[in-house]
Amino acid sequence: MLALVAVHALTAVIAPGLVRLWGRNALYLVALAPGATLIWALTHTTGVRDGVPVVETAPWVPQLGLELALRMGTLSWLMVVLVGGVGALVLAYSARYFRTDDPGLGRFAAVFVAFAGAMLGLVVSDDLLLLYVFWELTTVFSYLLIGSDPAKRASRRAAMQALLVTTLGGLAMLAGFVMLGRHAGSFRWSEIAGNLPGGGYLTVAVVLILLGALSKSAIFPFSFWLPGAMAAPTPVSAYLHAAAMVKGGVFLVALLGPALAEVTPWRPVLLTAGLITMFLGGWTALRQADLKLLLAYGTVSQLGLLMVILGAGTRDTALAGAAMVLAHALFKATLFLTVGIIDHVAGTRDLRELSGLGRRAPALAVVAGLAAASMAGLPPMAGFVAKEAAVEALLHGGGSDLVVLAGVVLGSALTVAYTLRFLWGAFAGKPGVTPAEVTAVSWPFLGPAAALAVAGVAAGLLAPAVDRLLAPYADRFPGAESGYHLALWHGLTPALGLSVLAVAGGAALFHLLRRERVRATLRLPFDSATGYTRVVGAVDRLAVELTGATQRGSLPFYLGVILVVLVLLPGGALLIGAPWPRRFHVWDTPLQGVAAAVVIVSAVLAARALRRLTAMILVGVAGYGTALLFILHGAPDLALTQFLVETVTIVMFVLVLRRLPITFSERPIRSSRRGRVAIGIAVGAVTAGMAYVATGSRQAVPISVGFPDEAVSYGGGKNIVNVALVDIRAWDTMGEIAVLVVAATGVASLIFRRSGDLHRRAEIPGGGRAESTWPRWMTTGATTRAQSVVLQVVTRLLFHAIVLFSIYLLFSGHNAPGGGFAAGLVAGLALAVRYLAGGRTELNGAAPVDAGVVLGAGLFVAVGTGVGAMLLGGEFLQSAVLDFHLPVLGHVHFVTSVFFDVGVYLIVVGLVLDILRSLGAEMDRQSETEDAEIRERELV
Amino acid sequence: MTPNLTYVIVVGVLVAAGVTLLLERSLTRVLMGVILLGNGVNLLLLTGGRAGGAPIVGTTEPEQMSDPLPQAMILTAIVITLGMTAFLLALAYRSWHLNGHDEVQDDVEDRRIMDLAIRDEGPGTADTEGGTDDGDGEPTGDPRPVANVVEAGRAG
Repeated sequence: MLALVAVHALTAVIAPGLVRLWGRNALYLVALAPGATLIWALTHTTGVRDGVPVVETAPWVPQLGLELALRMGTLSWLMVVLVGGVGALVLAYSARYFRTDDPGLGRFAAVFVAFAGAMLGLVVSDDLLLLYVFWELTTVFSYLLIGSDPAKRASRRAAMQALLVTTLGGLAMLAGFVMLGRHAGSFRWSEIAGNLPGGGYLTVAVVLILLGALSKSAIFPFSFWLPGAMAAPTPVSAYLHAAAMVKGGVFLVALLGPALAEVTPWRPVLLTAGLITMFLGGWTALRQADLKLLLAYGTVSQLGLLMVILGAGTRDTALAGAAMVLAHALFKATLFLTVGIIDHVAGTRDLRELSGLGRRAPALAVVAGLAAASMAGLPPMAGFVAKEAAVEALLHGGGSDLVVLAGVVLGSALTVAYTLRFLWGAFAGKPGVTPAEVTAVSWPFLGPAAALAVAGVAAGLLAPAVDRLLAPYADRFPGAESGYHLALWHGLTPALGLSVLAVAGGAALFHLLRRERVRATLRLPFDSATGYTRVVGAVDRLAVELTGATQRGSLPFYLGVILVVLVLLPGGALLIGAPWPRRFHVWDTPLQGVAAAVVIVSAVLAARALRRLTAMILVGVAGYGTALLFILHGAPDLALTQFLVETVTIVMFVLVLRRLPITFSERPIRSSRRGRVAIGIAVGAVTAGMAYVATGSRQAVPISVGFPDEAVSYGGGKNIVNVALVDIRAWDTMGEIAVLVVAATGVASLIFRRSGDLHRRAEIPGGGRAESTWPRWMTTGATTRAQSVVLQVVTRLLFHAIVLFSIYLLFSGHNAPGGGFAAGLVAGLALAVRYLAGGRTELNGAAPVDAGVVLGAGLFVAVGTGVGAMLLGGEFLQSAVLDFHLPVLGHVHFVTSVFFDVGVYLIVVGLVLDILRSLGAEMDRQSETEDAEIRERELV
Repeated sequence: MTPNLTYVIVVGVLVAAGVTLLLERSLTRVLMGVILLGNGVNLLLLTGGRAGGAPIVGTTEPEQMSDPLPQAMILTAIVITLGMTAFLLALAYRSWHLNGHDEVQDDVEDRRIMDLAIRDEGPGTADTEGGTDDGDGEPTGDPRPVANVVEAGRAG
């Protein structure tokens, strides 16, 4: 079985290619896949008849307990025969239905055969989750088949409608499956059936599963999608809406019936929904002028009948139901196919325009007549046998069964009436309508329909054989001893009388309705499609309103919401339940108070400043004040880094602010400013409260008490913070330097407009490359008015000293304040001073390398250190301590993590160089070019 | 451990000033807000460990040392803030270069949906229901030119 599904999938993949090669005749080849399914099923007939199911399992996701469990019992066998047989015939029919140059033919063939494969999988699944997967696959493929003409709005709408309705039902069904499966501890239906939960749990699960079945089979209140799906090409309608997809729900009810029929909501739900569907469908069918729509509503009606019969859940109704599934597939597919032929040969399927077709295409009329007779339930057709069985079974039932029986007889009368309307509309000569021009019907075109019609007759004539085949399914219901058998002739029974009554009533109804005036009264007071439109509209509306209310696209709004939540939730918790410490101290040393005052004043002023430069300076002062607090706390490394970072930040700000307007743009709305300040103060208060509570409630011994020993013994360094960065928390640092590289790249790509300019070495005017590689000591470059010669010379004098100092900081950082970050920043500042003094020529002279190369080299060294440690058998970034003697230097204490720090150093230098090249040199160049352009324009 | 009131107050003021600036629309101000906020949070982390002498073995006795762990974390944070500052500055410059200002704009698409909600138009309203089945084009979208919507976005 798995192999057959795979064959379908494979065929679907190659089908478009085949169609490209051989045009529409390729469909005959494609039809081999469902054809093989039919033949395979037929070879297993005897085994299945004797009640021996074909079982196949393969592991799927063993960790989740999922397996591909397939099982073909009697019911599945019947469905496989229909899915395969009807599928093959419809494909053969399609080979004549479509034009060979139809652009969508390849896609149609592929999706159609994929659908057939999914349907096959659905009907042979034993694992309910697997069944669900195939169930949704059929939904998706049917969506593609219904919407096969994406240019038409009707087609798109119908496809979307079918998809939404059946998927929603499918999800409900999945929930029901999961409920049952969790209880039974297995998702194999053959195991769940014997281990059902009880009470409300089971009721809920059953209702959910029924939702899936009802929506798939277009039962009220989900019926509306099926007539809409008639937007699909006729072969699709014939297959999906006769034999296959809509039978999915019927199949599920039939499959679960033996175990669930006695559960409370099962019968009431199925009988009520089925009867309503049967009437509404039949009633609406009588009003249709389009033959295809007439059949579509007829199908809805018959699906309702099937649900009623299978939902009744006794042995005899089950037998009748199975026979009805067979009969319905055969006659409904035939009728759809004949409608397609009528459409082709007469150019219309509107029964008001068709006249005298029966005389011009007699063979077609005979085929349609045979199928219609089966639909109306006339002997000796399969439809008659099935209906007789149903009526007989219901006759012997109790009170509620008799109500259902009355409904079924009435429904049959409706069926007879719309069958007559179909035949009359399609083939009869009508006075006042000019007979249509008819082209000849070729046998290959009619053949598949004829084969199905003949099968319908054969199934009726061979009723006892059909009975033997289907009985094993029915016998799984209680009441097996009734001994009823399918047959053409049971004698003059009450059931026969009811059949005659139904046929006579239907004929009378048809004649009554031929008067236009009477038919006009058939309009229904309501329509479930309107409900669908309303619900979908309301969901759309809700989405718009909700999105409009929450997704306002305003960054301050989003941030404001987040911050207000921060104030309300953690702030509220702080107020209500936090253990507020009683004891506190004002400061560790009064100097902290001085530094704090500086920070506080400058921060408040910065928030109020209107000029960019003022605000920038105040922010800088707050930063330096923070550095002061770091020193007073006893954190020299932090203070050093903070001072350096603050300085680099000021340089960056100055570089950018020289291009931006002096003041911030005006914000006239005063109320929003008050709101911002209020949020700011609230967040500040909550954070301060958290700081107070968190510090005061600390009781555990800090993890860092062991750091001093570990730093010396494992890290080989005395500066604990530095050892933490390059050894204990080296991974963290690794991530950080990666962020720096990304940020540097981002800066460059934002400033350099063309990727071709992205040589962060920048161009050197006048071919000065040679000059810069061999700079003449103490000569200044092209000094402009803005640059000071004195400053340039002084910076050149200092530059090397500063760089040397940075290298000292780098290597001493392991034992004294310093390290890669601080050292890199010092070197970066040296470059910045060179740039500020002499512009981009000076910068190129100081660092004649591409910033990208420096960044890359740094990352390479850092990662290389880590990988090197791994290659030597340690952990990633594990450091080793080496102590040895060198002749001149004496005792050398060397730790390998210094290489990692070198990587950090290079990256920080690269970052600063990148910033200077982007925000400095490149921005200079751009403004010079623009100035030149402006000057040129003024000259012209 | 007893809380240091000075730290608590500084943290509160830095965060308050930072958040106030963060909620602005000018990118330069947002950036300054981020920096102030960053300093405040760094100090918050610092309060988690005790104060003392420099955490360098040999200079200070282990009992007298300040807690080195928050310091390592803060050091990382300081340098990351530097990278972010550079990026945001580049962004502000780029925005100024393209638009003539460095303000964070409202998202035009979001703003358009908001307008639909306010004017009760768009999907799910009476005018879009039951559209003609013979039409083969997409439903006509917002007839107003995009420029108007952009203006609306700036007004917020």
